[in-house]
Amino acid sequence: MPFSAQPPASGERYALSASLDNARHLSSLLRAVHFQDHATCLATASGLRVTVEDAKCIQANAFIQAEIFQEFSVQEESVMFRISLSVLLDCLTIFGTSSLPGTSTALRMCYRGYGYPLMLFLEEGGVVTVCKINTQEPDELLDFDFCSTKVVNKIILQSEGLREAFAELDMTSEVLQITMSPDKPYFRLSTFGNAGSAHLDYPRDSDLMEAFHCNQTQTNRYKVSLLKPSTKALALSCKVSIRTDAQGFLSLQYMIRNEDGQICFVEYYCCPDENITEAEL
Amino acid sequence: MRFRAKIVDLACLNHFSRIINTIAKLAKTCILRLTVCKLYFILSDKVANGGASMWCELSQPSLSSSSRIVTHDIPVGVIPRRMWNDFREPGVPDFDVSIYLPVLKTMKSVVERMKNLSNFIVIEANLSGEMNLKIETDLVSVTTHFKDLGNPPWASEDGCQSSAQGRDLESMAEARIDIKKLQQLLAGQQVNPTKALCNIVHKRIVHFILLHEEVSLQYFIPAIA
Repeated sequence: MPFSAQPPASGERYALSASLDNARHLSSLLRAVHFQDHATCLATASGLRVTVEDAKCIQANAFIQAEIFQEFSVQEESVMFRISLSVLLDCLTIFGTSSLPGTSTALRMCYRGYGYPLMLFLEEGGVVTVCKINTQEPDELLDFDFCSTKVVNKIILQSEGLREAFAELDMTSEVLQITMSPDKPYFRLSTFGNAGSAHLDYPRDSDLMEAFHCNQTQTNRYKVSLLKPSTKALALSCKVSIRTDAQGFLSLQYMIRNEDGQICFVEYYCCPDENITEAEL
Repeated sequence: MRFRAKIVDLACLNHFSRIINTIAKLAKTCILRLTVCKLYFILSDKVANGGASMWCELSQPSLSSSSRIVTHDIPVGVIPRRMWNDFREPGVPDFDVSIYLPVLKTMKSVVERMKNLSNFIVIEANLSGEMNLKIETDLVSVTTHFKDLGNPPWASEDGCQSSAQGRDLESMAEARIDIKKLQQLLAGQQVNPTKALCNIVHKRIVHFILLHEEVSLQYFIPAIA
């Protein structure tokens, strides 16, 4: 095999170097946050976090913890760069996306540091692909400052309960209104489209409701166009936690089980839509 | 009426449709040449099609059998005999490297992804059974390495040395081609060919030969500077 096709030996000084037996463990999670071309990658000893933002209103994070990788090492405290997520996904899935039983693409990832490209070495069935993707200065990321002490309302639902609702969201409605309350209707999703308004209620004692902690009645509206991409994460997940804080900021956390049964998380944060008046509520 | 044929057997009909589908992916119109024992589909669009040309040959026995009647009238432009010389079977070019193609399914996936990243692809291969597919842009470069592909033995017809003989086994011959043309060729292959190979004339042309039971398809893609 030509020298250029060999991945570097582990002894070499790479700011980030990682190995993964099944590249799908990474690519499927990245697809769940792929609603913009660019992403910011942050690697720390705990693992990899890939962040995508839009309109300064929505942020999605995919977390692939170090334990998912067969090998994961970060030389400095943290390593951060911006990269084209579209290109990264095309490279990770270079051998195709269909999962034939027993076949998987092995991945080795290396990053020398600031200013260097991200190198990927992918192998399937004896065929090796080497990718060199240019990186850029990382973007300044939004900080939603969402910690557990600031949470006003929280519910955990089984994803199958929400999947149909999100897949069939009335896209002619500009907003998705979310009501959370200790009293009826407990948890309600509403849209206001061309055909009229639609409401979907989930009672607190529903089988799908795994946890219900609502302290205050809150009604907030979010732009449907911003939340629609979260449907991808919902489709992959088994459970979702929905939380709001006093300002109406929304946090959606998706628990995703990969092919090997390991757990990963994807989260979406969204700002409330400012354009609502008291009269409309 | 100068020509009439009937295909009846369902298997033959399916076979014929598959061939037409493959060719349809490569060209909107083509030349159909009919002889006593063979059918040829020819495309030789020198400039308009980016210079790619195709030659597909079917032997008659695979089409004949016996019975259903469906009539379609398809408008044709008859080519006058004096122009028939323009449509002769292409000769095999004096290539630098001849190599068997990798598993088409893998090659197809790789080329499809590379098509998202670049308009051009470099195919390079040597006489040690190694082939590389490469794309390079400002943003990204991707190289896929295939090995142990095998090089077909070509007997020299007239005893002369071809460019391929006496060549350093490790040395790569390459051509940079329009990736869409390659993707179209691969996308059209629904069934795995019996033999699939390509001949590379360094920096000039890539000549693909795909052989199925009764059909041979040759596709020429010129190199772009």
